[in-house]
Amino acid sequence: MARKISFQQAINEALDQEMARDPTVILMGEDVVGGTGADGEMDAWGGVLGVTKGLYGKYGNRIMDTPISESAFVGAAIGAATCGMRPVCELMFIDFLGVCFDQIYNQAAKFRYMFGGKARTPVVIRTMIGAGFRAAAQHSQCLYPIFTHIPGLKVVIPSSPYDAKGLLIQAIRDDDPVIFCEHKALYTMEGEVPEESYTIPFGEAKVVREGSDVTIVALARMVNMAQKAAANLAKDGISCEIIDPRTTSPFDEETILESVENTGRLVIVDEATPRCGMAADISAMVAQKGFNFLNAPIEMVTPPHTPVPFAGSLEDLYIPSPARIEAAVRKCAEYA
Amino acid sequence: MANPDITPITMPKWGLSMQEGKVVQWLVSAGTAVNIGDQMLDIETEKIANTFEALESGLLRRQVAQAEEVLPVGALLGVFAPASVSDEAVDAFITEFQASYVPPPPEEGDTGPAYQWADVGNYKLRYSKVGDSGPAVILIHGFGGDLGNWLFTQEPLAAQAQVYALDLPGHGQSSKAITDASVPGLANIIIGFMAAISISRAHLVGHSLGGAIALQVAITVPARVESLTLLAPAGLGSEINASYLTGFINGESRRDMKPILQQLVASPDLITRQLIDDILKFKRTDGVPEALRAIASGFITNDRQTVNLRAQLGALVAPTTIIWGKADKIIPVAHAGDLPSKIKVALLDKVGHLSHMEASAQVNALLKDQVK
Repeated sequence: MARKISFQQAINEALDQEMARDPTVILMGEDVVGGTGADGEMDAWGGVLGVTKGLYGKYGNRIMDTPISESAFVGAAIGAATCGMRPVCELMFIDFLGVCFDQIYNQAAKFRYMFGGKARTPVVIRTMIGAGFRAAAQHSQCLYPIFTHIPGLKVVIPSSPYDAKGLLIQAIRDDDPVIFCEHKALYTMEGEVPEESYTIPFGEAKVVREGSDVTIVALARMVNMAQKAAANLAKDGISCEIIDPRTTSPFDEETILESVENTGRLVIVDEATPRCGMAADISAMVAQKGFNFLNAPIEMVTPPHTPVPFAGSLEDLYIPSPARIEAAVRKCAEYA
Repeated sequence: MANPDITPITMPKWGLSMQEGKVVQWLVSAGTAVNIGDQMLDIETEKIANTFEALESGLLRRQVAQAEEVLPVGALLGVFAPASVSDEAVDAFITEFQASYVPPPPEEGDTGPAYQWADVGNYKLRYSKVGDSGPAVILIHGFGGDLGNWLFTQEPLAAQAQVYALDLPGHGQSSKAITDASVPGLANIIIGFMAAISISRAHLVGHSLGGAIALQVAITVPARVESLTLLAPAGLGSEINASYLTGFINGESRRDMKPILQQLVASPDLITRQLIDDILKFKRTDGVPEALRAIASGFITNDRQTVNLRAQLGALVAPTTIIWGKADKIIPVAHAGDLPSKIKVALLDKVGHLSHMEASAQVNALLKDQVK
């Protein structure tokens, strides 16, 4: 497995391979074609960051630029999914989901249940998350806990190019609505990715690093931050095990509990705001089901409960850093 | 390296991608007489944790590498020398080695291991080659394996041979769609592979299903096979642990796979999380479940092996060695019994189905004997 490509290329390749494999896979969203939208436009932009670049030339009208009207095109994608298509709908920034929330949480998420299992809604909503781009409070949030809260939605948050490709292929083949969250800061990250198509099942956490002293659970970009912290801590003889849940719904409790049983100490790192977030959710789960394993209070490393600041200096402070993770791990490891 | 009595023990290269290894701990102390195959120290790489076994016998005079040290491939781990060599001479050897040792340049992240590709019929086969001169050796993995299974074999043999390891169709990174998954069909692919890389004769080494394939090649084209080394081969009897194969094909999670894969080895610790994850990744590649089912049904029906080549062993012209772990839980070691006397048989104590990984030093010594 020698070939390395970026996170962004991995997503493009997953879309490309699934569109080639299954004619019912279609793409829609704001600027996913880009350019003028004219027939045969080979050099169309392929989205604001070029993630879907090259696909319009290959698949033509199966890729649709939509008006800036999220409630209309997300609703259309969900409707198409109930009628036999497998739409991958791009909602640019997760921050904009508010304008089409009814379509997602009260329609798509409920169909299978309310139609007695007779309806399928195989739609994927791809959307960008995360701070660090000086894009201010309305384009920088990590709102995946809101979707994790809703039964009927699957929520996927990859942290590496390998996972991005396998999880997106799995998402497209899944018969339920999937919210697929792509952290902007990861798009240029490179990693080994097989050329063939492959899947990664939902609800299977990845053990990113094996260790024996402290368990760190981290998502998306925070996995990389945790790796930096763990590398530093290893120099002082503190051995961290890093677990990336990869999907928050369904959620792999077992891998986390097994790890905490071994280490007795847990630090959760989450870029979402702390109230009702994944850090709170995971720590409640471990406190309830793994109480006897714990040798120290659970530590949570999150941003403060504020909007993402626009001032660069404040935004840098807002995002959990390797230094803050390191400090939390030391506190947890030293607790006696 | 003036003193011919002194032998350096160096960091091994386990697999093409290994660049450095971490010394976990020494298992023998300085002053111990070590025999070939004895366990010397535990080493951890990015991919695998394993015990380094002595490649030759000698008196361990010095542990140069310390526990927790991370060292590049080829770095000095320790020194063998007979008691007649003075401590000063040993020190001088170490000083000279360290002064002249240049770690291999780190490989560019983008290039990675040097895999090559061969077109055989409709198949694209991945292979790797190590060693520049000497006879050709082809390593053929078993059911569900890939060329990486030879990580303890390929490099050591490369000192005296050009050693090829390939991914069978349906495996590793070779094509997944298989038209003829029978043992003769797969043997024809090996014959085609030899043609594609322009090798007229080769020493064949096959493990498990790969053993049956190698044997079939020797039966089909005897003139092209220099020698045959079969590790716990299929095709010599009807018994097989069919529940292993079914479990391997159907297992979906780490939890499913762990007890299944632990049947492969005598010591279950060898089945690491990394190894299980790598097999799950392989099984989740498009086309793999179908390929595995097709290949399994090519040599097993109703839980019994359907390919039996035993009757044809007597007619083999190539020198043949059969190696089997006595603790094999997949194909019974009894299949190594009652063979024509010209076939050399080596039965290994406390070794399971993966002798080339569990007892690499012993297997490599046998292979080096065979490949000359």
